[in-house]
Amino acid sequence: MSRAVEESNRRLLRARDAMDRRYAEPLDVPTLARIAHVSEAHFIRTFRATFGETPNRYLQRRRVERAMFLLRTGERSVTDICMDVGFASLGTFSRVFRDIVGEPPSVYRRRGPLAPVPSCFAMAWLRPSSFGEAPGE
Amino acid sequence: MLNAITITQIYVPDQDEALDFYVGKLGFEVTNDMQFGPMRWLTVALPGQPDRAILLEKPGPPSMSEETAATVRELISKGAAGGHLFFQCDDAYKTHAELKAKGVEITEEPVDQPYGIDFGLRDPFGNHLRIAQMKLG
Repeated sequence: MSRAVEESNRRLLRARDAMDRRYAEPLDVPTLARIAHVSEAHFIRTFRATFGETPNRYLQRRRVERAMFLLRTGERSVTDICMDVGFASLGTFSRVFRDIVGEPPSVYRRRGPLAPVPSCFAMAWLRPSSFGEAPGE
Repeated sequence: MLNAITITQIYVPDQDEALDFYVGKLGFEVTNDMQFGPMRWLTVALPGQPDRAILLEKPGPPSMSEETAATVRELISKGAAGGHLFFQCDDAYKTHAELKAKGVEITEEPVDQPYGIDFGLRDPFGNHLRIAQMKLG
């Protein structure tokens, strides 16, 4: 039983890593479920049970974390950053960003530049937590 | 005063599979492989740096119960057991290409950072590794 759980976790982790690596692409559930070698419905259910949030929310947090990083390390416009991190529309980006961070991208940017740290650390440190809140749709 | 870091430990659920990866793919050498009763003391180090070793420890009795070991293995497979290792190399793009060709699971492609060029990968179990080509100065 335990081995089966480990095997399932490992495959889900592979799909989660794909979100961290390919966040800029239009990743959808069928693509991610294929990486995890499970059906789409099973993927969403087991991902949530394993990592505590839906795949969609995880991907949103990854994209928002990258946007937070870019807003504070460069001069690119909010619209460019929105596209850079994988959002298809500025409206969705602004809504999701505000929902997760609590303030709009332009206001967040005013916090100023970040110190240089390894990107995996920035990822863990900047990433807004959604645990304990209403999970994303 | 303390004057060196000599051994760093990570958990691996299967020590033979760990050797295939750390020795066979990453290029480590076995520095100790001894059986103490139920425990196999297995360390690896990089060629030319034998005094800085990684202990590849299998979670299990007698240091923990089978039940606890199962929990540890589950955490490893979720990528949540710690076990982060950071390495340095001469040429990040070359090392990345070589490891990718060997089928190593890349979690982040090489990125040019203020401190150097680095990329991320996982061992077969879920432990997270980073390899960096550091900038001088």
